[in-house]
Amino acid sequence: MPNFIMSYLDSKEALTPGSAGSQFWALIYVLIIFAGVSVAVIAMNWIERKLLAHFQVRLGPMRVGPHGLLQPIADAVKLMIKEDIIPAEADQLVFWFAPMIGLLAAFTVYTVIPFGPSQAVSDMNIGILFMLGVSSLGVLGIVVAGWASNSHYPLIGALRSSAQMVSYEVAMGLAVVSAILMTSLNASGTGTLSMIGIVQAQQQQGVWFIFKFFPLGLIAFAIFAIAMVAETNRAPFDLAEAESELTAGYHTEYSGLRWSLFMLAEYAAMIAVSSIAVTLWLGGWMRPFPNLLHAPAWDFIFSLFPGLTFLALAAIALIGVARMPAHSFFRIQRIGLAVFAALLGFVALLLLVIAVAGRSADMSVAGRFNDGIDHVYWFVLKVAVFMYLFIWYRATWPRYRFDQLMKIGWKVMLPISLGVLIVTAIVGVIFS
Amino acid sequence: MNLAMNSALNSTINSGMAPVATPWFFYVLAGVAVISGVLVITRRNAVHAALALIVTLLAVTGLYLMLYAPFVAGVQIIVYAGGIMVLFLFVIMLVNIDRSSKERRFNRIWAVGLGAACALLALFVFAFTKGKALFPDRGMPLAEGSNTQEIAKMLYGEAGRMGQYTFAFEIASLLLLVAILGAVIMTKKKI
Amino acid sequence: MSAYKNDQTNDASNRALSSLDRSNLDLKTPDKTYLDSNELIINMGPQHPATHGVLRVILKLDGEKVLGTECVIGYLHRGVEKIAENRTYTMFAPYVDRMDYCAAVSNGLGYCEAVEKLMNVEAPPRAQYIRVILTELQRIASHQLWLGTHALDIGAMTPLFYTFRDREEILKIFEKYCGARLTTHAFRIGGCQYETYAGFEKDVKNFLTFFAPKIDEYEALLTTNRIWLERTKNVGVISGADCIALGVTGPVLRASGVKWDLRKAQPYAAYSKFDFEIPTGENGDTYDRYLVRMQEMRQSMRIVEQAVDAIPEGPIMGKVPKVIKPPVGEIYHSIEAPKGELGYFIVSDGSTQPYRLRVRPPSFVNLQALDLMVRGLLVADVIAVIGTIDIVLGEVDR
Repeated sequence: MPNFIMSYLDSKEALTPGSAGSQFWALIYVLIIFAGVSVAVIAMNWIERKLLAHFQVRLGPMRVGPHGLLQPIADAVKLMIKEDIIPAEADQLVFWFAPMIGLLAAFTVYTVIPFGPSQAVSDMNIGILFMLGVSSLGVLGIVVAGWASNSHYPLIGALRSSAQMVSYEVAMGLAVVSAILMTSLNASGTGTLSMIGIVQAQQQQGVWFIFKFFPLGLIAFAIFAIAMVAETNRAPFDLAEAESELTAGYHTEYSGLRWSLFMLAEYAAMIAVSSIAVTLWLGGWMRPFPNLLHAPAWDFIFSLFPGLTFLALAAIALIGVARMPAHSFFRIQRIGLAVFAALLGFVALLLLVIAVAGRSADMSVAGRFNDGIDHVYWFVLKVAVFMYLFIWYRATWPRYRFDQLMKIGWKVMLPISLGVLIVTAIVGVIFS
Repeated sequence: MNLAMNSALNSTINSGMAPVATPWFFYVLAGVAVISGVLVITRRNAVHAALALIVTLLAVTGLYLMLYAPFVAGVQIIVYAGGIMVLFLFVIMLVNIDRSSKERRFNRIWAVGLGAACALLALFVFAFTKGKALFPDRGMPLAEGSNTQEIAKMLYGEAGRMGQYTFAFEIASLLLLVAILGAVIMTKKKI
Repeated sequence: MSAYKNDQTNDASNRALSSLDRSNLDLKTPDKTYLDSNELIINMGPQHPATHGVLRVILKLDGEKVLGTECVIGYLHRGVEKIAENRTYTMFAPYVDRMDYCAAVSNGLGYCEAVEKLMNVEAPPRAQYIRVILTELQRIASHQLWLGTHALDIGAMTPLFYTFRDREEILKIFEKYCGARLTTHAFRIGGCQYETYAGFEKDVKNFLTFFAPKIDEYEALLTTNRIWLERTKNVGVISGADCIALGVTGPVLRASGVKWDLRKAQPYAAYSKFDFEIPTGENGDTYDRYLVRMQEMRQSMRIVEQAVDAIPEGPIMGKVPKVIKPPVGEIYHSIEAPKGELGYFIVSDGSTQPYRLRVRPPSFVNLQALDLMVRGLLVADVIAVIGTIDIVLGEVDR
């Protein structure tokens, strides 16, 4: 394989396509990430419905495909062929454009998310600023949608969401700043705003920022973790679309594909903010203990994890096949699930082969693939934890009221995040 | 092999690669900024005007990026497009648009508009003819990699030395604090 | 009456009525407020996920703050009271099940007892006990339904499924007893429709052991949940005096500190034989109403437990003629339904059909308190308060 391609697989000295100035590879990366995020959103749809159902002592989708695996596809088809209604009194142009704003903002953020040291579209010098800025643009879509619907419930939803986002962005930003301060605790004394740089700073300092200056990092992380739920309009802060109060909030008047764009944007934004949290506090793409357990043997053991994960998924699917009733009614479902299990098993095998082949020769093709897979795997795993938390919150908690939400944002989170920022700065100066 | 690859990459960066900041991008961004700027003042509907203003701000953000000032671009998105414009929309949405669009508007006062336009034109002509003497003619270094650090040095100074704009920066923050207090006092019925 | 005493005076009631000033509520025209923004007038319902049926609430809002409300009802009006005038007493019995369809057994009990009182007959002891067991099970089921939907309104999705899972067990008992789950028509004038099935007592006891930990489960989800506390404490506060002035009864009244429960105050059926307490609240807010209802479920379990242990043998029907023809006269009889005082006023002209029948539905009367409870609160609180009053539109509109 030519060096040119190799350089993007490599993890140690490689550059992101953006930094290397390769527009072609940047485009490829963008396409991969777009497809990946879309698939992740579809998967999230199924996982959320299944998890929520199991939290709530029901089964969830079971009919379309084995264990409802094809449900998201059926949903997507349904939404696409549904009638697209634009209310007569709505502001046509703005109504039409509003869902795109949210979607654009949610997907643009992914250009700087580092799935690995070189597995990002671009390593921007202002990566984290860019992320915060662009993800905050998503609220414009909601606000404008609520206004353009020319209806009272969407308008209230839009007002709620704009006030909510603006207030939580402040606490969120301050929490982020305290993490950025931590990046400057090195010999040269300069920090970085680059997403990749932040992870590398954690590697250099040998600690995830969530554990840095315990409990300062933890508090900042907690503030961010709360603010990001508010930022993405998820329970218990889902006031903008509170279905029991505002029927559906800002997207009450939307239907069909345009409605599904809002959902797509919401889930994409969830993954994006989770990625920020993972990058800033949880060591981004790094596997656990990269400095402590850095012997090649440990590298090999940890590189087996992706394959083993898929193997476990395949095993779960196989158990599902075995547990399916023997009735002929379930035959097709059983075959389908078996095929799915085989697919997962094949992926697992592939990953294991790559892990074994790439264990010794550092610069071989397999070795580099292996590194890249490792990074993406650990990153995705950490993000998945947040996705699970999002669903868990939704199943457990009631919804906050608007004034309580603002009170928490301004009177609790903002002072705490300011305090953490100041204390972090002082502690940083003392210890450096 | 490593060294060879790195040098290959470096050479790509230094020589062969065309910079992204081409005139083509400039014209597109400038055109978008101008058109949406015109829309801001011609739209009767206040929400449409605000949306056009957001497009203008984003186009200007692109221009900042082309000038290798990514920090300013990022702040522009966060503060203007993300924060201020959302609050603008928040207020505008509450206003009765049917009524406000019938009201006499400030930009219909022709004499004032003409005067302002003439003044701006005079400024442009002045800058165009005498500009060389006013602005440094040396090319700016491509400070993209350390843009944020440079700004920090100007605002806060480095190692024991006060920055060029530290005082102005602090004054500005004080001004903002006063504005916040004023806003609270004006809107809150009881404190 | 029992030794039971109500300490609220008439003076207090009059004061409370005067505090209900409706004059400043003009829902027709929005006036101008600060920043040239209009006050919003929005329709909540009749098609709305959280108005528990076809209730339409016209809200006058300043931003999110509620300036006033007006309930528009009647979308589910079927003229139940008028229908009664054209049906015999026996034929009308199933109709009452369709008023509060979440507590059909209680409705039936109230009607049957009213007619019995009019005819001066009494159901035999065994029937009385069966009535108490089924009615208290119905109270639990009704409160479960309330809890699930109320929590869902406030944003907690999960309790709904938990309560519906457990309510199913009660409905199974009903189904085994009389074949119907919702509109049971379990009782007849003079006794019960059916003898209990074999294993009825065992089923009921099984349910009690099954359900005791489930209440703890609901409470674990909500009672000390911080968000739940913030959403319910000091929301929709109503004083005991205001409750009495408006005629509000049931858990809403008791949560405001008034210890008034018809099961104790004027015992009917076999309630005087059981040992149970009347839970009351102090603040009259949504949280207290929640606690009161949770306690009521536990108390209902106590009653059912005692009743099922002491259920006597004997006939289930009293001596009632085949054709029911009460003597000329009128009667008002009320029972403590899950939602409050459910009263039947029947005027008999001596024929087989009531001359006039009037129902005093708890939901309808309690709904009046909505405006008083939500003024000055936010939109989200309106939902919480509608939930906490626990209305069923079938009963409001009849």
